[in-house]
Amino acid sequence: MSAASAPRPAFDRQGERSDEARVDGAMRSFVREFGVTAALHMESCVRCGMCAEACHFYVATGEAKYTPVYKLEPFRRAYLREAGPFAPLVRGLGLVKKLRIDELQQWQELIYDSCTMCGRCTMVCPMGIDIAELVKEARHGMFKAGLIPDRLALMDRTAQQWGSPATPAEDLPDILADVAKQYGVRIPCDLPQADILVTAAPAELVEHTKALADAAKILNRIGAKWTMHHGGFDASNIGFNNGDMQLQERLTRAIVDTALQIGAKIVLLPECGHAYGAARWEAAKWYGRALPVRIVHMTEFLAELIASQRICVKKIGETATFHDPCQIVRRGGLEAAPRQVLAALGLELIEMKDHGVGAYCCGGGGGVVSNARAVPLRHKVFEIKRQQIEATGAKRFVTSCGQCHITFDMGAKYAHWDKKTESLLEIVADNLAE
Amino acid sequence: MELLDFARGPALAFGLVVFVVGSLWRLAGVLLLPRMRDLSPARDGAPPAPLAALRTVLRRMWPRKEFAQATLFPTINSYVFHLGLALVVFGLAPHILFIRSLTGLTWPGLPSNLVYGVGVITLASLFAALARRLGHPVLRLLSHSGDYVSWLLTTLPVVTGLLATSHLGARYETLLAIHILSISALLVWFPFGKLMHAVLFVFSRGATGMRFSHRGVNV
Repeated sequence: MSAASAPRPAFDRQGERSDEARVDGAMRSFVREFGVTAALHMESCVRCGMCAEACHFYVATGEAKYTPVYKLEPFRRAYLREAGPFAPLVRGLGLVKKLRIDELQQWQELIYDSCTMCGRCTMVCPMGIDIAELVKEARHGMFKAGLIPDRLALMDRTAQQWGSPATPAEDLPDILADVAKQYGVRIPCDLPQADILVTAAPAELVEHTKALADAAKILNRIGAKWTMHHGGFDASNIGFNNGDMQLQERLTRAIVDTALQIGAKIVLLPECGHAYGAARWEAAKWYGRALPVRIVHMTEFLAELIASQRICVKKIGETATFHDPCQIVRRGGLEAAPRQVLAALGLELIEMKDHGVGAYCCGGGGGVVSNARAVPLRHKVFEIKRQQIEATGAKRFVTSCGQCHITFDMGAKYAHWDKKTESLLEIVADNLAE
Repeated sequence: MELLDFARGPALAFGLVVFVVGSLWRLAGVLLLPRMRDLSPARDGAPPAPLAALRTVLRRMWPRKEFAQATLFPTINSYVFHLGLALVVFGLAPHILFIRSLTGLTWPGLPSNLVYGVGVITLASLFAALARRLGHPVLRLLSHSGDYVSWLLTTLPVVTGLLATSHLGARYETLLAIHILSISALLVWFPFGKLMHAVLFVFSRGATGMRFSHRGVNV
């Protein structure tokens, strides 16, 4: 086999350091993660294998290595050797072997390429183990070891430099001015004072700019005093997915500090799942105390505006099915909000076989959609979702997460599937009634 | 010292001490680790933490409907041997006498023929669990040597108990001694392997229940 046609190893490396330094970095990080909940969950697994039945990667391929709890094997070994109640005994008797660099490298595929941290496995585990959270914590160690997919590492470096993987902060005013002109809406930027700080997902700053215009249209309609701000504008928080805790904290602080600086009472998140996980549920941890601002996802914002009749929407009168973004619904608690918005729009909801907190992931979460190496696997798991959507027979297909939207667009293109994915925000903005 | 005296005396005492001290050590070693408070504001209407924990402990007694079909066999089989073990351990009159000698607690026993039948069903169920572990690619990949030790040390007391009750294979005193020795081995192993899930499942489910009820998710 020629060098050109040799299969590429399923791992990447960042930085120059010895293998020992990489393993030590991972181990130190792993051990720091073991608080009481993580330890309880490491201790409780009975190896029943039920989590495999919940994982789209296992269901789509039938490969045992994609069993969710197996993805934690290096993490488990680190726990038993270094942090468990019998760690001295385990080390002394050599009951669990020390991690090797080749094992960590091999696990990169399982922790990054074949896990979207969607948490469906958490829902099936009879011990209640939150496997998705443990994978996220294991990613912290992989990042410290410089063993994450190169594509994610590139986005990480860009976000460190720019505050966003999409665009430098100083370009924000120009981007917003262009969008405002293109769609004929007012988009305030860098106002010194506002009640609402509006944030974006990376794709909304590059290709899917209509989402910014749609948000602006609704905010202007209700007469809100709002702004976007170059100090904190990208809520997707690439550090959350990559395992880069320093970046996660920095991006979190940028948004919260900017909100405080302009006196905002609300930080409005875009239609982005991981933004919700990072900001709504984890920001306070990084901030060190309860946040002085309310974090609101676009979906619940729309539901609240409709419920309080601050906006009215036209009745569409068609059938629709809805994809529940994992971080917003299963791990975020917003199952009712999108359904309230769809009902207000007069869309007859036909649920998929698996929906709500039991829904299948789109296959692109947790950075998988950005991980070029994972594309063939992602297309396989996309088929599960495609079939469930088709089976509803619904005319329209709606979701409320930009990353899911992109995953569906890419999957549909690959599968030559003509179903259009629609954004809940876009439908509301396009159907505002007087 | 006769084998039965050794089994009833030092062996069982050793097993009980390791069981109690080891289990407390493992539990304390986990529960005394740093606890990160969730500083995010709870979803409106989120239940108090203890209620959230209790709800998830109860909900996870049976799989959600999405997973019911795929997990039907392991779920039912697990119920069979868990309930079977409970009925045998707490239903057989000699076991109740033994527990009374340790704790002073007592209750009416079940007919010995019924307990024997339950023991046979439990044994069959344990072998079914082993067959699945050996035959299913996922379980084969996940299983460690400790999982097989746990299976063996759970099964041995059932086998030896049935043999002792049936007076099969050796003198009754010898069979009883072996039965008690197998229980001692189980007690010694309990804190170190996955059998500890008998205690940990409450905490593990409860922790997830608290995490997600805070967010407005019923898990």
